[in-house]
Amino acid sequence: MSGSREATGVSHDGGPAPSGGVWQAGSATADPVVAADPTAPVTLGRRRRARGLSGLLRALLPPLAVGVGGLALWELVVKAGRVAPFILPAPSAIGEQFWLSREIIWQTGKASGANALVGLVAGALLGILAAMAASRFRLLGEASIPVAAALNALPIIALAPILNNMFESTSSIPRRMVVAIVVFFPVFVNTLRGLRQVDPTHRELMDSYAAGGWTFTRLVRLPGALPFVFTGLRQASSLAVIAAVVAEYFGGLQDGLGSRITSAAANTAYPRAWAFVVGACVLGLLFYAAALGLERLATPWRRSG
Amino acid sequence: MTAAVELTGVGKVFNPGRAGQVVALTGVDLTVESGQFVSLIGPSGCGKSTLLRLVADLVPPTEGTVTVAGKPARRARLDQEYGIAFQQAGLFDWRTVRRNVELPLELRGASRTERRERAGEMLDLVGLAEFAGHYPAQLSGGMQQRVAIARALAVHPPLLLMDEPFGALDEMTRERLQDELLRICARTGTSTIFVTHSIPEAVYLSDRVVVMSPRPGRITDVIEIDLGDRTEATRQSAGFFAGITKVRKALRGTPAPASTEVAAS
Amino acid sequence: MRRARALATGIGAVLVAVLLWEAYKAVGGDDGTSLFGVRLLPRADDAAMPHVYDVLRRFGEPELPGGDPIGLVVLKACLFTLRGVAVGFGVGALVGLLLAVLMQRFRVVERGLLPYVILSQTVPLIALAPAIAGWGGRLSLGSYPWQPWMSVATIAAYLAFFPVAVGMLRGLQSPPRVAEELMRTYAAGWWHTLVKLRLPASTPYLFPALRLAGAAAVVGAVVGEISTGTRGGIGRLVIEYSREATADPAKVYTAMVGAALLGLAVAAVVGIAEFALNRRRAA
Repeated sequence: MSGSREATGVSHDGGPAPSGGVWQAGSATADPVVAADPTAPVTLGRRRRARGLSGLLRALLPPLAVGVGGLALWELVVKAGRVAPFILPAPSAIGEQFWLSREIIWQTGKASGANALVGLVAGALLGILAAMAASRFRLLGEASIPVAAALNALPIIALAPILNNMFESTSSIPRRMVVAIVVFFPVFVNTLRGLRQVDPTHRELMDSYAAGGWTFTRLVRLPGALPFVFTGLRQASSLAVIAAVVAEYFGGLQDGLGSRITSAAANTAYPRAWAFVVGACVLGLLFYAAALGLERLATPWRRSG
Repeated sequence: MTAAVELTGVGKVFNPGRAGQVVALTGVDLTVESGQFVSLIGPSGCGKSTLLRLVADLVPPTEGTVTVAGKPARRARLDQEYGIAFQQAGLFDWRTVRRNVELPLELRGASRTERRERAGEMLDLVGLAEFAGHYPAQLSGGMQQRVAIARALAVHPPLLLMDEPFGALDEMTRERLQDELLRICARTGTSTIFVTHSIPEAVYLSDRVVVMSPRPGRITDVIEIDLGDRTEATRQSAGFFAGITKVRKALRGTPAPASTEVAAS
Repeated sequence: MRRARALATGIGAVLVAVLLWEAYKAVGGDDGTSLFGVRLLPRADDAAMPHVYDVLRRFGEPELPGGDPIGLVVLKACLFTLRGVAVGFGVGALVGLLLAVLMQRFRVVERGLLPYVILSQTVPLIALAPAIAGWGGRLSLGSYPWQPWMSVATIAAYLAFFPVAVGMLRGLQSPPRVAEELMRTYAAGWWHTLVKLRLPASTPYLFPALRLAGAAAVVGAVVGEISTGTRGGIGRLVIEYSREATADPAKVYTAMVGAALLGLAVAAVVGIAEFALNRRRAA
């Protein structure tokens, strides 16, 4: 029984073992699930941000080269006739269509953006509240994790036609609900993980101050969970746009970007379809950038260090 | 004048009556006089951290009484009669250095101006005044530990509890912080209980070194140290080395099971 | 033990959902609840929300008079879609893995590509599905004509590659410096370091990524079928049945249940693979 000490739940010095035990001070990236966060900003990688103008240039040059080179190659290959236009229209043709349809892209983009935003806010609020409830009540928290995992594996977007039935097809609510449901899971899962991860030293410290209950939640749990909440929001922001656009493929009100993409493609006007896709891309980037900016504002302590 | 800390017949059993029952401490009697610096030293598993947590009322004793500043330990905790620092600085990443130091004052309901003033004073004391606006992640480990000490002292507690606060620091930083700690304690008149693994550290800092032994955790010896005012020369003095030898002998005198050394890693 | 509990909570959650559904049907207005002219709560009549047992019964009844029972039709559709999912998932995971290895090996590739890899997900390129649908019938791989399900698989692969690429890159970069230095003291080359150190170290990152990829592949296949108009799959069935919803409301729910089961099945496959690997490691 060499492992008797470990088995007793007593730490190296006879004191009670800190709960969780694997807390890594100040680093949320130790958790593989969080570290695998697919939408983490690029600069969070191992790379150190280079300083100065030359550093900036060095950081920007490879992606710029790939971008410009890729576009040029794409144009060249299509123009040289190696790729039929119905497979891949030339960037110049897409750009031209984008310019010609700018009015309507703006209009439909606004509609899709509103759907995505309303759904995102509603879903994120629900996700955060649900996570707080799940972290407060042990049973609920334990039950919610496998359920959330299972629900996450479902093609939620296919709910759109059902929601269209349940409401009316002239309503924006079904699309917004699809967005909200899609958004709920990343926010919920990340927030719950953040709320559960409490540094044992912080717990003892707050005990020594005789601070518990809501004070503890307000001073330790919530601020500690904030980076996780924003990880969830970052993932959710792009999902929201995707869901808002794609939900239109399933019918319902057709005033967003999604319906334009399908109708252009149905008319074999592929460059125009691509132009609307570019519009959707811009919208997605906008949402992502907004989430990132909000994160930077709300968690200033993570910016430097 | 009441003693800063008084323990009589204190024992602690974890998981009593269950499969994992561990007698962490038994028959502990200890008095820390006001203004005294007392170190707890011993091999892993001797219960020195548990002893500190009993004084802090972070774990309740199974038997015996713990009195802090003349009150039951629980009352003393509620009155913030002590400040505490752990091996991990345990700063809040999301608060600036100043706001970290202000935390205990905030919980006590101190006004904003008083908090500011006191935090500034404490940061001066640990020599970090110019870093007040920084976030913990921007500081080195030693600086973070100094912030933690400033936070522990912020409410002007009569008692300071420290659980291997310098354990994770390099030797040079460690010695500098030891001098700083002694200076602060002398200036504020704070009594201190200090848990450590290091014999020289215990001897250098303390008025008394409490030597403990495991299985069951108990006090085996109390060694008085009298080195006078600590100076640069103290670390080379014969008295210092004599103290070290004494403590080492006291630690050797305790029959330590072979496995504890392995577990200490 | 833990698995049994997870299963129990899963079943419990389904039961709670069914109860909530029926409870809402009992109390909800047939015309939903509107606030300021906007319907906020759905209609609760049988056309919009059929009883759960109606849906279950519908599985046993023929799709069309005299046809196969709908359960069989849904199952067949799921299997059809599964092919697109499987091919897409496999291709996507492989591409993601190769990209990750490439990015790990060559810093400049990482710098040049990673922003685009991440960009590709923050933008709804899945919206391309209708454009890719145009490939059907006009393209061929050698003498083998391009099949509609291959468009579906392409979309699924596109969605699946990304979590694997990013997750694996993090995983491959996860070994601590000392471990890398140790490999260097053994004079181990890039390949040996990859096989002996980086790949084993990346499994905690791989499986969460694969789970994401699996779910993404299912979504990609379902959306792909709808926008490419591919017949025979579950996504198509959802759309077809939703058009008959006024006459036969339970039908569309059977297709939904099928899509949900498909998602769970893919997740289960990844879960089993992870379980098997972990058990081999623990032994």
